[in-house]
Amino acid sequence: MIEDLSNGTTGPRGKLAVRGLDVFYRVEKPKKGQPGENQALKAVDLDVGVNEVLALIGPSGCGKSTFLRVLNRMNDTVPGARVAGSVTLDGEEILAPKYDVVGLRRRVGMVFQRPVAFPKSIFDNVAYGLRAHGLSEKRELEWRVQQALTRAALWDEVKDRLDANGLGLSGGQAQRLCIARALAVEPEVLLMDEPTSALDPIATAKLEELIAELREELTIVIVTHSMQQAGRVSQRTAFFYMGSLVEVGTTRDVFTRPREPRTEDYISGRFG
Amino acid sequence: MQPILEERASRPPRLNGGAGGGAAGRAGDAVLLVASAAAAALIVLMLVVILVDALIHGAGTVSFAFLTKPPSGGMMAGGVGPAIFGTAALTIVMTIAVVPVGVLTAIYLSEYASPSSRLARIVRLAVANLAGVPSIVFGLFGLGFFIQAIGRGIDRVAFGGQVTYGQPALVWAALTLSILTMPVVIVATEEALRAVPRSLRDASLALGATKFQTTFNVVVPQALGGILTGAILAVSRGAGEVAPILFTGAAFFLPELPTNLNDQFMHLGYHVYVLATQSPDVDRTKPILYGSVLVLLGLTFALNFVAVIIRARTRRGAAARA
Repeated sequence: MIEDLSNGTTGPRGKLAVRGLDVFYRVEKPKKGQPGENQALKAVDLDVGVNEVLALIGPSGCGKSTFLRVLNRMNDTVPGARVAGSVTLDGEEILAPKYDVVGLRRRVGMVFQRPVAFPKSIFDNVAYGLRAHGLSEKRELEWRVQQALTRAALWDEVKDRLDANGLGLSGGQAQRLCIARALAVEPEVLLMDEPTSALDPIATAKLEELIAELREELTIVIVTHSMQQAGRVSQRTAFFYMGSLVEVGTTRDVFTRPREPRTEDYISGRFG
Repeated sequence: MQPILEERASRPPRLNGGAGGGAAGRAGDAVLLVASAAAAALIVLMLVVILVDALIHGAGTVSFAFLTKPPSGGMMAGGVGPAIFGTAALTIVMTIAVVPVGVLTAIYLSEYASPSSRLARIVRLAVANLAGVPSIVFGLFGLGFFIQAIGRGIDRVAFGGQVTYGQPALVWAALTLSILTMPVVIVATEEALRAVPRSLRDASLALGATKFQTTFNVVVPQALGGILTGAILAVSRGAGEVAPILFTGAAFFLPELPTNLNDQFMHLGYHVYVLATQSPDVDRTKPILYGSVLVLLGLTFALNFVAVIIRARTRRGAAARA
């Protein structure tokens, strides 16, 4: 059970601490009188605790995916994106220009909305990150691939066809393959961007179960459009609206007695 | 809205000679249909005429001996063996030069240059204009730049002024051709790279792979079909070009096959030109001329055919993945 979360902003023992985070996207060909940048996140303060699942909810375009992509600096790949403020991982500033981004992404893994298997074998998919990090010893690779697939609850389904192409997997299997791929490099934090939006209900249930298990070993931040999902998998929930963090607290509090009227409106389905 | 639509509908009839109303509009449709179909048929007809003409006059000439023997009897007998060899050698050297440079340029444009980068804009502009330069200009450029400037320079520095590389040669012709075909490779490769979904790149980067690893382990393999198609199209274009090699290395007739990069060579396209214009007896040269044309056409079509097959395969692959 998680300790005091009364104010909600700071979770249990901090893993990630975000302070005054602003994110801007450049507007291509701005119209007259329009600013050259769009602010996607405004002064966000938010902590993520060790071994917790933090759910990010809010209507489309509210900045929750942007927030997620800041945490492993995937926003660096967006041309014209600008980030200001502070994000620390175990106390270390990750937004510093000289910070080792490649190393950061090994510690903070990511699972995307649509499962994207590489057009390689299942084995090579899972081994991809390990190989990228210079691991080439065959038995070590095999062992880690098996571990990762087991943790992602996919091993039993694919153990006899590790050489088959990863593209041949079903949507739910492909998403678990992506999770195995991310787990193989043993990240400390796993970011999930609507990981079940492309999956059927059974695959979704499986994945949610998996999230609950993974929580024992790592910290998870999950973006979801499903209120029920946030309720099922997360300990704390943060509600984003129009680039601002409106409210964050224990999932139970946010859903049963939200402090902000906007949160209540969103949760009760009045907009979004 | 209504008046505007009527105005539009009445426009084609006016071009047709003034008949008004919807019926005339439909007549315009019919005219356009016939005209466009006829234009399309004309293209096919041209290809058929070229092929049939070459086949009728040339098919009897093409034999194993014709494909392997050198010309003889004052170019009025014998075969095109050395010309095929020269064309192949030229094309291979050209490919070795054009593919790495073209692919790397495309990788820079697609993966590394920011969309607003001035350098990338300049490179794209240069590529587009390079594609529009007449091929004879490339020939003159090759003579002036590769042979006179670089070749003579090499001779001065490495061979004590003795003419070794400062003359028309296989390597200069190949490099000239590689510049001519460079835009094809760059444009095809860049398109192929751009077609690789961003989600694949993101998936790789998010696993802590570097940009270099992502490019060469994920993006380029995924784009390989398109890159190969571009390379083959460049090769088939280069194999048939004559103007760029006129002054840079092609020889009228050579008793021996080229063995060094600085040797001259015979070439199918140039051979056709020679047979057609320089023969003392046009009628006696005709079968050999047509035979050479047929071989050249066959070679080019075969390369294009391979490109089409590769493209179709990659498309199927991509469709299966989507």
